[in-house]
This record gives sequence, structure tokens and C-alpha cells, in this order.
Amino acid sequence: MSAEPKRHRFDTLSLHAGSRPDPATGARATPIYQSTSFVFPDTDYAAALFNMERAGHVYSRLSNPTCAVLEERLAALEGGIGAIATASGQAALHLAIVTLMSAGAHMVASRSLYGGSHNLLDYTLPRFGIETTFVDPRDLSAWRAAITPKTRLLFGETLGNPGLEVLDIPRVAALAHEHGLPLLIDSTFTTPWLMRPFEHGADLVVHSATKFLSGHGTVIGGLLVDSGKFDWNADGVREKFPTLTAPYEGFHDMVFAEESTTAGFLLRARREGIRDFGACMAPMTAFHILQGIETLPIRMARHVENARAIVAFLREHPFVASVGYPELPDHPDHALAAQLLPRGAGAVFSFNLRGTREQGRRFIEALRLFSHLANVGDAKSLVIHPASTTHFRMSNEDLQRAGITEGTIRLSIGLEDPADLFEDLSRALYAASKA
Amino acid sequence: MRFDVRGHPVYAYTGSRAFASDRPTLLFVHGAANDHQVFALQSRYFAWHGMNAVALDLPGHGRSGGQALTSVEAIADWLRYVLDALSAQRANIVGHSLGSLAALECAARYPERMQKLSLLGPSAPMPVSDDLLAAAARNDHVAYELINGWSFSAEGLLGGNRLPGVWMLGNAMRLMERTREGVLSADLVACNVYANGLAAAASVRCPTLVVVGERDIMAPPRNAKALIAALPAVETVSLPRTGHSMMTERPDEVLDALRGFLR
Repeated sequence: MSAEPKRHRFDTLSLHAGSRPDPATGARATPIYQSTSFVFPDTDYAAALFNMERAGHVYSRLSNPTCAVLEERLAALEGGIGAIATASGQAALHLAIVTLMSAGAHMVASRSLYGGSHNLLDYTLPRFGIETTFVDPRDLSAWRAAITPKTRLLFGETLGNPGLEVLDIPRVAALAHEHGLPLLIDSTFTTPWLMRPFEHGADLVVHSATKFLSGHGTVIGGLLVDSGKFDWNADGVREKFPTLTAPYEGFHDMVFAEESTTAGFLLRARREGIRDFGACMAPMTAFHILQGIETLPIRMARHVENARAIVAFLREHPFVASVGYPELPDHPDHALAAQLLPRGAGAVFSFNLRGTREQGRRFIEALRLFSHLANVGDAKSLVIHPASTTHFRMSNEDLQRAGITEGTIRLSIGLEDPADLFEDLSRALYAASKA
Repeated sequence: MRFDVRGHPVYAYTGSRAFASDRPTLLFVHGAANDHQVFALQSRYFAWHGMNAVALDLPGHGRSGGQALTSVEAIADWLRYVLDALSAQRANIVGHSLGSLAALECAARYPERMQKLSLLGPSAPMPVSDDLLAAAARNDHVAYELINGWSFSAEGLLGGNRLPGVWMLGNAMRLMERTREGVLSADLVACNVYANGLAAAASVRCPTLVVVGERDIMAPPRNAKALIAALPAVETVSLPRTGHSMMTERPDEVLDALRGFLR
């Protein structure tokens, strides 16, 4: 019999990756190391820690034992080499960008992004000299045409927000690599249980762990994960990324891509981005996210099962004009979803009411189980009106391009009994139809 | 740093420090399908503590040019050429796995060039399983999976890295995946056919440190016993709950063993 590689599977890694029973107390749950700093045994050890001659924790802005467990766990689940926990998903996105580029650089991004990400790229980063060209995520020729000599990164979401465009990661990644560029993917809506972008060619992944990863609507946090696949030192590439391939005066002339063949990006992100921008995660937050990830496989399966039931229910309802969900045969990305998301297309989707803006307002206010708030990925079902909330800063033209109308309602399907969700939606749809 | 050895470019990580002729030199020699990265912490420590730390990429590996050398004896000779290229009359050598065999053979062949020898995860002989040899010969990814699955202790396979935020298994896998086709096979064959380990050990004249991982499956500690017995002046450190990837699993313990020995 041939030898079999020793490896652990996804559900096991969800529970165990990165953690060990606490050596001091035997505690089985990962302790919350609520400490700003960590004692050095002697001065030489301290100096060695500061200079990356030894591994360990110095100060919780740079790293923390509870956060480190979370970082390893998500890297294991994504099939990456490591991760950095950040204060929010936005902080993770910002950290990825500023680790790679400086003023004068350019990136190409899907135009169907979370509103907060759109704000960062379209309004805020240009103030610091980083420009973004937004493209239709389905139009590969538009991605290609937008790449310039100054481009340093391509960026999109696994599922566009809120239209659920399925990003063709294999093709966009191939295009990026053809130009010596990395592809960054926001995988918040899908989590590694539904899709592992690195297996399809992505190089970096960011998550808002606030959503399905933590899963209970209790914490704000983000994660930046490195695949370790992108060769920053390749011919034709190294000149584009001096932050990784040239000596860094801010750390004893360290050349990060030489210090580590695989983890140069992560080293720079921690040794500069987390150190100087400081958007680190609190250990209590990491603990909550770890608790969430322990049940991620079970929760995601139920989220998807409930979402499919609600999608089917809404499609048959006379007051619903349309439902956008990639598993539906009439969704433009139906075939791509079957290829990239065989376990399901998530639990966040939008639908359009037949009726006026006022009837939309009445629908939301008539719901009792669905909570009207700005979040997704909670164990509890959620609802929001994107045009007036998450995407309110976008122009009408941009809204239309992103597939959002005034009647668009976004749902995040939770873990309730679907029969109770049917009742809640039925009542609200009836109320809206009579408004 | 970059230099040429017999017409081929060589890369060595030096901890961002310039090579200085008035400092003692310490070569680090990695194992199969690895590069200097596996010694990043330990080599950086010595680079900032008074030594010329030179963590090599072997020929055909990492950023070094040329073809992978196909025997332990050839790597041993290449190490002497490296010392010549660096104008280092004598040096200390730290080798891991395949690198430990090459360091051992180099110490036996060129005793006048050797100050102290450190062997991490050695065994003599170092037999490689038929399944692994076959997978490597056909450049099958399963070869990397087998090696990494056997290179960490049971607890190490689930993480708990001392280096914050780095998933050890994934990082080790990705490093191997960068190896050029045929290199892993050449490295494993070199390990498998090397038969001079015990004779070489008996002719080593310099002090030697042997570090073994108690849970090492790739190079089990029992396979190092005869080697340790054959070395004339040897110190042994046994690391509990540690696999073959000891520099990653126990970076401080490996460093402290080297510090104590090289002091």
C-alpha cells in the first residue's frame, strides 16, 4: 500500500489549528491573553526578539498569543502560510494595500464592492496618491484594459456586493499573473468553507471576520491571509514591489523577500503596517472569532440550507419582482457558481419588490424576526435597504452599475427555523402590498 | 550576499550584514527542497552576534543557480569551494538533514577547514522510503505532502508556531512547492545512497554537536545513535516533542543549543 500523507481535514482544523492546551494551566480553550506586553527573560533575549532573531511576543500591537492562534487557524483553513489579525475587515484591506504600494501606484478593482471598500478606494486612498480604476467584474477585457505600468494589485470580492456577481477568480488571477501582479480577494461572504480562493489562483485574501467567521454579530475584526505563492522576487516583478525587495531602513535594511522566501509580504505587513498604522485586533475579539470558527462548518451548511429555502419562497411570491442568487438558473453567473461554489453561494442575497420606495420601507418595518441593521453573517437573520444605507454615498449611475435599485432589499439569512422566517417575510410582504 | 562558485551564482542570507574577514564564519546548510529560509531566525541571531552567518541556498535551490548536486560528497566539496570563494580559511558549519550529511562529509574531507560542526536531524544511513523516492522522481506533489506530514511532531502538525501568525505546515509546503522540477528527487537520492556517514564521523577531528528531535520520523533518533557513537568529540541535545523541522518547531531550543556549543 502506498504511503498516505498525514494531514488534518477542514472540520478538524476549524477546532484545533493553531491552538494547544495552555502549557501553564492546561486550559483547553484558547486563553485570552489580555496583556499589553510580555516579559523578557534577559536583555539579550529582548534584543533578539526585537531584531527578529528569536520568535515570540513583545507587545500586543505587534502580536498577541490569542490573536496568533486565530491567525494560524484561518491560514490553515484557507490553505495559506499565515495571517495577520486586524481591527476590522477595512483595516485588513488597508494593510494589504499599503504593504504593497505607495503614492503613485494604481490598482484595478471590481466595481461591485462593499460600500466601505468602495469609499476607501474611490475617495480616501487617492488623497494619499493611490488610484483605483473600477471595472465590471464580469468583463475580463475591462480588467485587462485597466492595467497600467503603475498597477500593483487587482482586487475583487468572491461574491459582489450586493449583486452577488461571482468573480471568475481563475481567469482574473491568470490575467494578474500574466502582468506580474498579485490578486487580492475579499472572501467575507463565502468563508473558506464555501471557497478557498488560493486554490483558484488568488494570492492574498482579506476577511471581515465580523461576519460569518465570528458568526454571532458580537465583534469587529479582520484578517489578512497570505498564500505564500506569489514570487515577489521574480524577474519583471521585483522592481514593482520595493517594499518587499529593497532594503528597508525602518528595520535594519531588512529585505523582506530575502528574509523569507515565502512570507516576505507578511513580515513587512507586521513589521511596518501593524507596527506603524497600529490597527491590531484585541485578544478578546480574537477569542470570540475563534469560538465562531469552531462551528463554522456546521453554521455555514445551515446558513446555505436556509438561504436556499428563502430564495425558493421569495421566487414564488407575487409581490417579489426578482431574486438574485447565483444558484438560480437565470443568474448570469449560474455556471460559474456551480464551478467555484459547489457547496453553495452563501447566505446573503438581494431581491426586488414590486412597488414603490414607500412600500419597501413598509416591508422592512413590518419584519419582526429579521433585524434591520448594517451587517451580514450573523446567526440571526438581517435585512437592509442598500440604496439608503451601505451604498448611500454612491451616485445613481454607480448604483445602477452595481445592480442596486431603490426597491432592492438585501437579506442575510440566519440560523432560525425557516418556517418562522417564511411567516415573517409573508407578513411583511403582505403589509407592503397594502401600503 | 551573492557570489560565484565555479561559474555559478550563489545566494546566501547574511542577516542584512556585510561579510567581514575579521569575524568567524558560520555556514548554514539546508536540507532537501529547502533554502536559507529554514535558518532565518538562527542565522540572523549569529549575524548580529559577532559572526559571519552565511545561510546558503544550495546549487539549484532558492536563488542559487546551477543544477542540484546529486551526491552528499559533491555537496561536501561544494561547501569547500564556498569557503574558498569567501576566503574563509576555517569555518563552523551547521547542517540540517541532507545538509547535515554534507557538513559531516565536508568535515571529514577537509578537517583543516573546520572549526566546529553542528548536525541537526542527522542519521547514518539516511534511507528514504520507496514511495517517497518514486513520488519525487515523477515530480508528484504528494512527495511534498509526505515529507511535511512526516517532518512535524503530532502537535506541530496542528500549529502553535512560536513565530506569530505563521502556519508552519503551510509555510513549509509552499517553500517546497517553489523547488524546481527534479531537485527534490536529486536531494532524496543523495540522502538515500550516501553510505560513508559512519566512516566520515570517525574521521572528524573537530568538536561536533548533534541535535535530534525525539519525534523525528524523517530521521529517527535511533538512526543517529551509531553516528553519535562514531564521532570522537560529540555533544548531543535531544529535543522532546519535536519533529524533523526542528528549527521551525523549536527555534529557541535549536538556537540555544548552537549558542552553547559555539560559544
